[in-house]
Amino acid sequence: MRQLLFLLPLSTFILLAAYFGLGLTKDPGLIPSALIDKPAPTFDLPSLMPGEKGINEHDFKGKISIVNVFASWCVPCLAEHPIWMQIHNNTSIPIYGIVWKDKRETAMRWLEKHGNPYTRIGYDPLNVFGIEWGVYGAPETYIVDKTGRIRFKHVGPIFPKLWQSQIFPLVEKIRAEKQ
Amino acid sequence: MLLTESATAVEPSELLENPHLEARARSLSVDIRCLVCQNQSIDDSDADLAKDLRKLVRKKLKEGASDEDIRDYLVSRYGEFVLLRPRIKSDTYILWFGPFIILLAGIIGIFIFFQRRSKSNSTQPSLILTEDEEKRISELTNNRG
Repeated sequence: MRQLLFLLPLSTFILLAAYFGLGLTKDPGLIPSALIDKPAPTFDLPSLMPGEKGINEHDFKGKISIVNVFASWCVPCLAEHPIWMQIHNNTSIPIYGIVWKDKRETAMRWLEKHGNPYTRIGYDPLNVFGIEWGVYGAPETYIVDKTGRIRFKHVGPIFPKLWQSQIFPLVEKIRAEKQ
Repeated sequence: MLLTESATAVEPSELLENPHLEARARSLSVDIRCLVCQNQSIDDSDADLAKDLRKLVRKKLKEGASDEDIRDYLVSRYGEFVLLRPRIKSDTYILWFGPFIILLAGIIGIFIFFQRRSKSNSTQPSLILTEDEEKRISELTNNRG
C-alpha cells in the first residue's frame, strides 16, 4: 500500500495534464450564454424595412423561433447565409434577423443582393438588443422555445453538422414538450 | 496610482460630469472584460462593444445603480466571464481556493513524509546493549585475547 502512495504525485500530474490538455482543445473566445433556459429579455426593435412591423419578445410566444444576429460587414454571416435560405425555404421555423452594428441602407442592400431568409428583421443601431442578449459578435444564433425561453445559443456561423447534430434535434425536442 | 493618470480608451465625450461618479465608472470599467479583445478591460479597449459597455456603466451610475447592481446586470447577460476578477460564488470556489487547497495538501504531505521518516528511525533496534549482551561481548573479546 505504501508503494502506491509513491504513485500519487505522478497520477495527480497525469490527471491535471489531461484536464488542462482537454482545456487546450476548447476555444476561450467562446463564452457560454448566461441566458440559457431563461425568458428572452424584453426588447422592442423597429423593423429594418421602413413601414414594416418590428420585433419584440412577445413575438416568440406560441412557436419555436430562430433569432439570428448578423451584419453586412460580417464575413462569416455571408458564409452561413445559404443555410438560412435553405431553412427558410424548406422548414416552417421562423427566422428573426437582428441587424447588429450596421447601417440601415447597407444592411438592406446586402439582403437585396444575397436574399432575405428572415420572417422579420429588427434594426438595432444602439446595440440595445445586443447588450440585453449578451451579444458580443456576429453572427450569433439563438433558439427560443414556445414559451419565449432561450434554449440555445451559438456564437459564430452555423454549419450543416451543427444543424443536424444540435439545432434540429433541439427543435424536435421542444416540439414534443408540453406547454 | 491615480486611475486618471493611466492609459485609457475613454473618450472625452464619454466622461461624466460628476467626478465621483466618473471615478466609480473607471474603477468598475477596469474590472469588466472587453469580450471582443478578451484580455483587455473595457476601460482599455478601443473596441465598439467596449465603448457601448462604458456608456452603459455610466448611464446606470447616473440612474443611481450601485457597483454591485451594475456587475450583476452585466453578469446576468454575459456570464461571470465578463468580470476580469470573477466573484467568489459557489461555482468559482475551485478557481479561487483550489491552489491554496493543493498547497495545503502538499504541505500536509511533506509533514506526514517527515513524520514517517523520524518514526521509522526511532523503531530501529536500540543501540544500547542489555546486560546479557554486554557479558557476551566481554566473553568474546576476552577469549580473543
